[in-house]
Amino acid sequence: MPRFRSLVAALMVAGLVVTALPHLALARDKFTLAISIYAGWMPWYYAKDQGILKKWAERYKIAIDVVEMDYIPSIEAYVAGKVDAAVMTNMEALDMPARSGIDTSVLIVGDYSNGNDALLVRGIADVKGLKGTAVSLVELSVSHYLLARALEMHGVKESELKVVNTSDSDIGPAFIANKSQKAVVTWNPMVMTIEQTPGVSKIFDSSKIPGEILDLLVANTKVLNEDARFAEALVGAWYEVMGLMSQRGPDADKVLTAMAQRSNASLNEYKAQLRTTAMFWTPEAAIDYTRGTEIKEKMDFVRNFCFKHGLLGENASSVDVVGISYPDGTIQGDSRNVKLRFDTRVMEKARTGQLRQN
Amino acid sequence: MKHFFRTDAQPSVATRCVLSTLLFALLIAGYLIGSYSRHLENPHDNVMPTLSQMLDGVKRSAFERDRNGDLRLWLDTFASACRFGMALGVIGLAIPLGVGMGLFPYVEALFYRFLVFFDKIPALSVLPILFIIFGLDELSKIALIIIGVFPTVALEAYLRAKTIPQEQIHKAHTLGASEHEIAYRIVLPQIFPKMLDTIRLNLKAAMLLLIAGESLAATVGLGYRIFVVRRYVAMDIIIPYVLWMTILLFLTDWCIQWVIRRRYAWLDK
Repeated sequence: MPRFRSLVAALMVAGLVVTALPHLALARDKFTLAISIYAGWMPWYYAKDQGILKKWAERYKIAIDVVEMDYIPSIEAYVAGKVDAAVMTNMEALDMPARSGIDTSVLIVGDYSNGNDALLVRGIADVKGLKGTAVSLVELSVSHYLLARALEMHGVKESELKVVNTSDSDIGPAFIANKSQKAVVTWNPMVMTIEQTPGVSKIFDSSKIPGEILDLLVANTKVLNEDARFAEALVGAWYEVMGLMSQRGPDADKVLTAMAQRSNASLNEYKAQLRTTAMFWTPEAAIDYTRGTEIKEKMDFVRNFCFKHGLLGENASSVDVVGISYPDGTIQGDSRNVKLRFDTRVMEKARTGQLRQN
Repeated sequence: MKHFFRTDAQPSVATRCVLSTLLFALLIAGYLIGSYSRHLENPHDNVMPTLSQMLDGVKRSAFERDRNGDLRLWLDTFASACRFGMALGVIGLAIPLGVGMGLFPYVEALFYRFLVFFDKIPALSVLPILFIIFGLDELSKIALIIIGVFPTVALEAYLRAKTIPQEQIHKAHTLGASEHEIAYRIVLPQIFPKMLDTIRLNLKAAMLLLIAGESLAATVGLGYRIFVVRRYVAMDIIIPYVLWMTILLFLTDWCIQWVIRRRYAWLDK
């Protein structure tokens, strides 16, 4: 039966190829970072375009490949193990990679949304007035979280209104064009555009829940444990750009203009977006926040929202299924299943100047 | 294997069976191996769920009420089927329109060039405009499918009507048929089964447009669910949903083929 044997051989080869694929990536000098457009993440685009990231990678004798993606696909690529680090909010870090068993470390706490996410309405006075209306938003995103927090603070149940899942690419124009839509939750730059429409007012935004929606750089813990260079190069490049941005005057404007262009905004628009983004300009500020007690309370809100909406797995038995660890060693949730780690060690190196300078 | 590329080869029934299932088996085996190896590395993996995870996903979607108390698979299927059905109903009107264009020069002059041009618009790229015109409700989703598929079907009906021999039409005239009867009692019945085939082959395009519409603004629907559960990488729900949609589409296709075979047995004879 020669043909049968060749069939078996072909099957075995196919099997080997499939099983070998995930292991090919081990032991290497090349790493991948996925970035997506958001006011607080534009520094990554600048670091890429100006060769700052490349410079830091060369200091550590590695290569860092930066891929620009849409937000959710970039996280999916990270979960699938196709990229080693990505930018995301604390909420997605918990409900996408961490809950999928990808051990994830937070390398940089970059900023928190301080007004960048907002609830905008037509002809409704306050959050209580939302009862019975349809609210457009990207379901299960931080917008949904913001709405849930607003409702919670005003004693309204989510079941008393209707959530309409609307793509972020259409949410702005659709809301502006349809006067019949009464409420929308979205983020910048859409918030800025919608706010300018006559008859629209803002009744809640993320500045009322400061520190809850964190914008992070996360990386695969396994990759970090194998090779510390990647994390150090990323953190080094980040704080170099932070330094450039936070200086005053025309030099900073030049940097901000480049970032504005990359996010398709004018300098003034981008500056306005930064005003509602509470950046941690220095490693000290980020470390202080990450080591504090506040972050644990905020993460507790976030993980409870995730659990209630089935984001930790539809059959998750409790909010504790995924463990979150903090720099002081405390663990929230299951200590045998810690998958999200707030780790200040590399930021600490940046603070004390222990990163390679040449 | 020496007969493989012979035009006169006559594989036995058993060989046919094996060959027809081979690629299915390879696909499934490849998936299971991939899923298994990912789970060895990470037991919580849900990018490539195992069979039991997917069965659990099916159970949760189809037979257990979710957080809102809904049996969502059926709710989603019903909502999508309604949109799909309404769109197909309107697309059906493209057939008489195409016949009219093929037979009446005035109608042709009015519609033909416009439809040829309209047919080339990639429907997806004008979605934002549709949302502005038709709102975010059902209408815009149905309109998207219609805009994408209607011109194709109308143009196909036009071409087919044109192939009806002129002699037949003269003959009908001499026998005293009215213009109306020529179009809809002589030409239309002849091309109708072929038009069913056209609609059948366009089902996939219609489905793609339906999913695209549902992914952008919806509260229920098969496409909607896939995009929402993506937010927590619930591939254990997405893969069964995709299989379910494939099966539904396959069955619709098969039913139309069956109707063509039964009702129009004279076709191609």
